[in-house]
Amino acid sequence: MEKILKILESNARISVEEIAAMTGLSMQEIAQRIDACEQANVITGYRTLVNWEKTKVEHVQALIELRVSPKRDCGFDEIAARIARFDEVDSVMLMSGGYDLSLMMTGKSFQDIALFVARRLSPLDDVLSTATHFVLRTYKKDGVLFNAEHTDERELQ
Amino acid sequence: MDYTNIISRGAQEMRPSGIRKFFDIAAEMKDCISLGVGEPDFKTPWAVRDAGIRSLEKGSTWYTSNSGLLELRQEICRYLSRRMGLAYQEKETLITVGGSEAIDMCIRALVNPGDEVVIPEPCFVCYYPITTLTGGVPVPVPLRAENGFRLTVEELEKAVTPKTKLIIFPFPCNPTGAVMRQEDLEPIARFLQDKDIMVLSDEIYAELTYGSRRHVSIAGLPGMKERTIVVNGFSKAYAMTGWRLGYACGPEPIIKVMTKIHQSAIMCAPTTSQYAAVTALQKCDEDIENMRDEYDMRRRWLVSRLNQLGLTCFEPEGAFYAFPSIQSTGLSSEEFCEKLLFSKKVAVVPGNAFGDSGEGHVRISYSYSIAHLKEALHRIEEFLQELQSR
Repeated sequence: MEKILKILESNARISVEEIAAMTGLSMQEIAQRIDACEQANVITGYRTLVNWEKTKVEHVQALIELRVSPKRDCGFDEIAARIARFDEVDSVMLMSGGYDLSLMMTGKSFQDIALFVARRLSPLDDVLSTATHFVLRTYKKDGVLFNAEHTDERELQ
Repeated sequence: MDYTNIISRGAQEMRPSGIRKFFDIAAEMKDCISLGVGEPDFKTPWAVRDAGIRSLEKGSTWYTSNSGLLELRQEICRYLSRRMGLAYQEKETLITVGGSEAIDMCIRALVNPGDEVVIPEPCFVCYYPITTLTGGVPVPVPLRAENGFRLTVEELEKAVTPKTKLIIFPFPCNPTGAVMRQEDLEPIARFLQDKDIMVLSDEIYAELTYGSRRHVSIAGLPGMKERTIVVNGFSKAYAMTGWRLGYACGPEPIIKVMTKIHQSAIMCAPTTSQYAAVTALQKCDEDIENMRDEYDMRRRWLVSRLNQLGLTCFEPEGAFYAFPSIQSTGLSSEEFCEKLLFSKKVAVVPGNAFGDSGEGHVRISYSYSIAHLKEALHRIEEFLQELQSR
């Protein structure tokens, strides 16, 4: 199972037939296992890694540190779930260390993001403070190097 | 100056590697895809590189003893016991510059002019020329596809004569991927029991066997330890080709003589590499497993794809090569490789480069990413379709 997940994690477009060949299992078995993972939310989606810097699309990303006050019964879950519902927010993680929630978000411009933080995040009752860090350049994302050309340096054939 | 009279006859007559021929052309070609390399595409595990860097920082840049660092030899003995079930001591171990040097030292230590060296083929290209350089007589034993390119005792019996000094045991095999099994080794060990013949067991691919069956060293069979020189190294298992580090283990009197030659020819293996290798043996069993898993996926993918294309391929159980038959195309190995290279810019190695019995096959390395293999196999598919429609 782990093997199939690893294969899919590195290339979501690989065919069931190819996964079957690589693992020595039958196509039917692979299809069933992938299905089961999707049902169980182990596989939560299939995405494409886009290097937006190479397109003309305006695309600004920021990492936002939030300090929030936890609630007596549900800790950070309530506020985290509330923030996660904003479409602009790509990911929400509860962190150890100097702050509580880490957000990644995408907007069209720096101002876009700044306004979102000022108007929608900061006013939330449980949010104590925010720190916004804009992404200047992406070198690697989800294990993939951006802008790096792969050359085979092996000389001996 | 007439260099033909200057250069030694032995060196002039030495058989050049047949692998090179196509790759010299391929190297000049733009957008050429190679499936030819014989080394891992993985980088050396970081812990090993770090150990090398640390040894340099400390300034450990002197020679080591001729046999190699005692600590490394001890680790090798532990490793061989842990992973191969072999019992060796430090004094039965020599650290060499890659497995290649160990092969060279072993053949030079054993073979007199006129002595016969049995070489099962297809196999790696170095045994034959090194044998002829010592004045030894190579006796090729053609292995057969229907036996999965494994050596049978009958084939060996036919090749052995009173002049036989040494048998090369190139398993797991480059280029065929064949792995000898316990049941193949037992009759061979029995056959050799009462003979003064040595076996050079080249086990450089020992860690790269797939499926539930692991590599079995002939040195572990009853009566064989005293008849066997085990050659292994760090290149394939730990992706350390450029570090040039290998070793030989065998009966002390032979290792002593090999060390004597090594002392004159080489002095000692690279010190930095030796320190790094200690860490490889201590900390990298898991890295081996991870790399093997990745090779295994590529192997399965490649073999199923080749069979789909009608290039029938018996299942390679070790190393990182597939050795499909190209006989369905009606071309010879060299014709196939040449046409494929010029029409589709894909470089593979003709099977006959590894001995005449490799004719009708090509060697395809899967030491590449799946994406690379995919593109190459796509081109091979087009090539085969064009051959058919002609």
